[in-house]
Amino acid sequence: MAVRAIEGGVVLMFNVNRRGFLKLTTAAATIPALSVPYIARGAGQKVVVIGGGPGGATAAKYIKMANPQIHVTLIESSKEYIACFLSNEALIGQRTMDSLTISFDSLKKHGIHIIIETVTGIDPTSKMVSTREGNTHTYDRCVVAPGIDFRWDAIEGYNERTSETIPHAWRAGVQTSLLRKQIESMRDGGTLIIVAPPNPFRCPPGPYERASLIAHYFKTHGKNKSKIIILDPKDSFIKKELFIQAWSRMYGYGTQDSMIQWVAGAEGGKVDKIDPKTLVVQAQIEDFKADVLNVIPPQKAGAIAATAGLTDHQGWCPVNQKTFESTLHTGIHVIGDSCIAGSMPKSAYSANAQAKVVASAVMTSLEGREPETPSYVNTCYSIAGHNYGFSVAAVYTFDDDKKTITGKAAVTAPDASPVTLKREVSYAHSWFKNIVADSWQ
Amino acid sequence: MRKNKASLLAVLLWGVAGGLVIVGNSSAADPVTPRMLSYACAGCHGTNGVSAGPAIPTIAGIDADYFVSAMQGYKKDEWASTVMGRLAKNYSDDQIIAMGKFFAKQQFVPADQVVDSEKAALGKSLHRQHCEKCHENDGASSEGTGVLAGQWMPYLHAALHDYISGMRPMSKNMEAKIDAVLKEHKKAGIEALVHFYGSKSH
Repeated sequence: MAVRAIEGGVVLMFNVNRRGFLKLTTAAATIPALSVPYIARGAGQKVVVIGGGPGGATAAKYIKMANPQIHVTLIESSKEYIACFLSNEALIGQRTMDSLTISFDSLKKHGIHIIIETVTGIDPTSKMVSTREGNTHTYDRCVVAPGIDFRWDAIEGYNERTSETIPHAWRAGVQTSLLRKQIESMRDGGTLIIVAPPNPFRCPPGPYERASLIAHYFKTHGKNKSKIIILDPKDSFIKKELFIQAWSRMYGYGTQDSMIQWVAGAEGGKVDKIDPKTLVVQAQIEDFKADVLNVIPPQKAGAIAATAGLTDHQGWCPVNQKTFESTLHTGIHVIGDSCIAGSMPKSAYSANAQAKVVASAVMTSLEGREPETPSYVNTCYSIAGHNYGFSVAAVYTFDDDKKTITGKAAVTAPDASPVTLKREVSYAHSWFKNIVADSWQ
Repeated sequence: MRKNKASLLAVLLWGVAGGLVIVGNSSAADPVTPRMLSYACAGCHGTNGVSAGPAIPTIAGIDADYFVSAMQGYKKDEWASTVMGRLAKNYSDDQIIAMGKFFAKQQFVPADQVVDSEKAALGKSLHRQHCEKCHENDGASSEGTGVLAGQWMPYLHAALHDYISGMRPMSKNMEAKIDAVLKEHKKAGIEALVHFYGSKSH
């Protein structure tokens, strides 16, 4: 009990320091009132979380963990979540779609109210969320985590309709299965083209991991003469040196027989147009003909973010990066892929870490306290072949002067031993289990 | 951390008693709470440090001092690692101490895993002969060490590999014990110990 009293005192003191000397006597005088536990002050308040991905699910769970008396409702349009992370393994049959499919049932055990409906609007004035099904849900605080949407107008010939035959597979599910089928049925000697997106986008190492794993699949399934071409508007990407090293070691990169070819933006890698009938891809310098075409389109925040007026002119959500509260609408926090979070990448781990910061920010706002100093982590694994993985990891802090999240991403050392590269694969698989458990269970 | 809290309490009491405050650096951010620091680890180590396994260990219930020596080992590149060295370098010594205390308070949950009972039986006798003195209660005690009983086996394998190959430092005493196990049983002795600890559900 003594410790609790000290903690209460510390919290009070922070408020006092922030508000300055003159406020102190007021603060001191209100000590009896403040001794009402914070947890009681949050009781009965309502939080609506939109989106059941790693961001939304983790936020809902951690708000409940902090204060079970807060009503938490999670609204998600799909009955289950299908993980995009590690779905490149499913593309080549090394992981089942079932293992990527996550139920919301365990979240219910935390007392979270799960509603499978599609949100069509958020009114920040009346603090009300409305759904296509005709229902409304009021909130004291709203957390929006809708993930990404695609810019269907960015590449001529590629749109939502043509994506039904030319998969993006950048949201997992039927798209993953479709691309898998096409990879499996491609003739030996065929060309698979991956059109990579411009920054910023979900899962920055993803297109390159995908190329690596498809090369591994070709190599081990009698399709040695096949090629993978990555057409990229960018001149670099995260873990580039590690990918190129892996491609050189395993897939002949840098030789005439290389299975993987990467065409950078400076070499004309930007794609302007595709012909969905002939699978001819028109890049800036030359045309490429694909047997299997995978277009990962340019991206923006999930649709509801734009509908609710939470996006900027570039289509992403500006937020106070200490609390993730929208700078466009008060009372609404945006986390995960759709928000602008300084140097944090758009990854499941980032969304999970941001969700814990937002859970704390929601709690402090409901309980009338100052937000606490945040801490964020990201760790992302890439698997490039058999027993061959590597990672990027960073701890992020909030820079109070620049008002942005900063951190220095560090990748696996280029001279990592085979033991290390093998372990990174096993850690990637353990990471998958833990991020799923921590977010949804 | 403790010092910080104590001095803040002192300031608070001053304030209450006399309306007088010694204001510190008001522009400096509040220190990150142990909970905020530790929650960020859960994406890999599981909620409150209970890992869904199998390669990433459970750190719930860890000895606070052992946590600090591990993190400092990673930070100084004295312990081999993949991501831990890169992450540990971003935390201050005080933050590492705070996280150690946080995880020490969490409930260890033994791993649900398949073990070979014959190997576990040999492991039991090897443990009692060589390891029990420091890893008490068949490895369930965390006094000054990590919790071995109920830990994930792939993690135990990797950790023992690192000790034996010099990738992770160990005491002279532990080195002698491991040498004795290896001399008598070769790698099978290590395997047996891993299965013994893996078989423990407390």
